[in-house]
Amino acid sequence: MTPLMKSWAPPLALLALAIALSFLMPFNLAFLTRILIMVVLVLSLDLVLGYAGIATLGQAAMYGAGAYAAGLFAIHVWADPLAGLMIGAVAGSILAFVSGLVLMRTQGLTLIMLTIAVAAICHEIANKARDITGGADGLRGIHMEPVLGMFAFDFVGTTGFWYALAVVVVIFVFVALITRAPFGLSLRGIHESPDRMAAIGVSVYWRRVTAYTVGGAIAGVAGALSAQITQLVSLESFSFTLSAEALIMLILGGTGRLYGAVLGTLIFMFVHHWAAANDPFNWLFVIGAMVLAVVFFLPKGIISASAGLARLIKGARHAGS
Amino acid sequence: MQGLEVRGLTKRFGGLTVAEDIDFDLGPGDRKALIGPNGAGKSTFSNLVTGILTPTAGSVRFDGRDIGGLNEAQRVRLGIAKTFQITTLFQDLTVRENLRLPILERERRGYRFFRAADGNAQTEAEVRDLMDQFDLGPLADSKVANLAYGQQRLVELALTLALKPRVLILDEPAAGVPSSETHLIDDAIERLPADLAVLIIEHDMDLVFRVARRIVVLVQGRILTEGTPEEIAADAKVRELYLGGSHD
Ligand SMILES: Nc1ncnc2c1ncn2[C@@H]1O[C@H](COP(=O)(O)OP(=O)(O)OP(=O)(O)O)[C@@H](O)[C@H]1O
Ligand SMILES: [Mg+2]
Repeated sequence: MTPLMKSWAPPLALLALAIALSFLMPFNLAFLTRILIMVVLVLSLDLVLGYAGIATLGQAAMYGAGAYAAGLFAIHVWADPLAGLMIGAVAGSILAFVSGLVLMRTQGLTLIMLTIAVAAICHEIANKARDITGGADGLRGIHMEPVLGMFAFDFVGTTGFWYALAVVVVIFVFVALITRAPFGLSLRGIHESPDRMAAIGVSVYWRRVTAYTVGGAIAGVAGALSAQITQLVSLESFSFTLSAEALIMLILGGTGRLYGAVLGTLIFMFVHHWAAANDPFNWLFVIGAMVLAVVFFLPKGIISASAGLARLIKGARHAGS
Repeated sequence: MQGLEVRGLTKRFGGLTVAEDIDFDLGPGDRKALIGPNGAGKSTFSNLVTGILTPTAGSVRFDGRDIGGLNEAQRVRLGIAKTFQITTLFQDLTVRENLRLPILERERRGYRFFRAADGNAQTEAEVRDLMDQFDLGPLADSKVANLAYGQQRLVELALTLALKPRVLILDEPAAGVPSSETHLIDDAIERLPADLAVLIIEHDMDLVFRVARRIVVLVQGRILTEGTPEEIAADAKVRELYLGGSHD
């Protein structure tokens, strides 16, 4: 394979998979769309945690901010989907930037606790401000205009699915570019050794604030997407569960690898879907066992198994020739 | 004046005084060595100058400007860089990436979002030159974590040189480098730009005498004496306190 084909093959395969699934599961488009939205959230987490090494259990804060901002914007200002995505990105990035100014001064356990606290505070504010947010009933009455003025959201969810898929593609390319750029390399540097980064003249603090802000914007897009497609924003958007599930998906797939984020989300969501249907009470054990297995046997995530597989195939080919 | 001017530098860790009233100058083209027994405070001194530690008292000036208020990264951007006694590298990155990073940051390109980090021909050529200089070419795409310690020391030096500093502090660059490869360190130091200000902290006296034109002797945080290599070699106090004990 040429290097060009190599770099294009995996994303095209994923795209083909998504499209194939939409035909195989035509009555589960809402579920597939949910996966796509989660992929965006997990990609944002991968940038922040996987690449920059910022330990967070509060990525839902920015997701929720994007969801509420996009929902309110659609209700009160303009129901155009793309404009709403922008608003979601802006809301997510502002929250990430402002909270990041404080959070990025801390590390480790303190940082984790503070990220949880930020999401909890957002949850509480959304709960209290029921006149604006609908409180525990959720924000209702979101009716989006057609995407690009052409594709109206339909009852089955076809438009929602393709719209979400398009957003996933754009975000994936965006994150792939960032992680390959000097900025992405510097984030990996910070992850590896913040001390050395300072010793080559980098303000680690501002680099981390920037990474957190960009990650916040992407999480905000995920939230906005969810608000627009489900036409509802609930307090769950800010929940600890959402942050934690996103983290589990990332760990399952493999941190610091974009395909890891995608793969982990897919696996988690499908296991959740089937296991929860068969045994609504014990499906978490299945997930728990998987996480343990990955941590012990594939510490770099399930995606790392693909590299081993590739080597194996290559080896078999060499043996055959 | 050009270069570093250190006055009355003092550092205490609780009751322990590790640097006491140190005066020290380092100008363009200087080749100085800082020697002294283990625990004398040599690394601490370099950390005070580079802003990794804040002094209890005293001042550090660079090109006549007081840089006491600048943090480590800001001082590096002014051109004051050091290598670490304990190798501090990006372990999970390749040798090539380890050297690319300081060049990108030196050129203030660290905030570029949409250009490939390895896409600049000039940067890549510079990375290759650095690797060639230290015989690291065959290891270019190995992760640093998989390198032998001696090789990591070479990356450590190459990484700091990639910053093209104006003041260079080398904290035991040869420690842990097998003797078969110390000539690489020697060559690198010899080929440094003539106007670079260099301070080398080193226990290997052969290396010190090859490189340094002046030697500062530090004992228990205080400067015992300073002089040319000949003066230091002949100094009775130094022989008794330091060379007599640890130099073979
Ligand atoms: N952060 C710290 N807190 C307390 N004491 C410290 C700290 N850092 C260094 N010291 C002490 O300061 C003294 C000087 O240490 P330093 O590392 O500067 O010595 P050195 O001259 O570089 O020694 P070596 O030749 O072994 O590298 C030692 O006694 C050390 O234990
Ligand atoms: Mg030392």
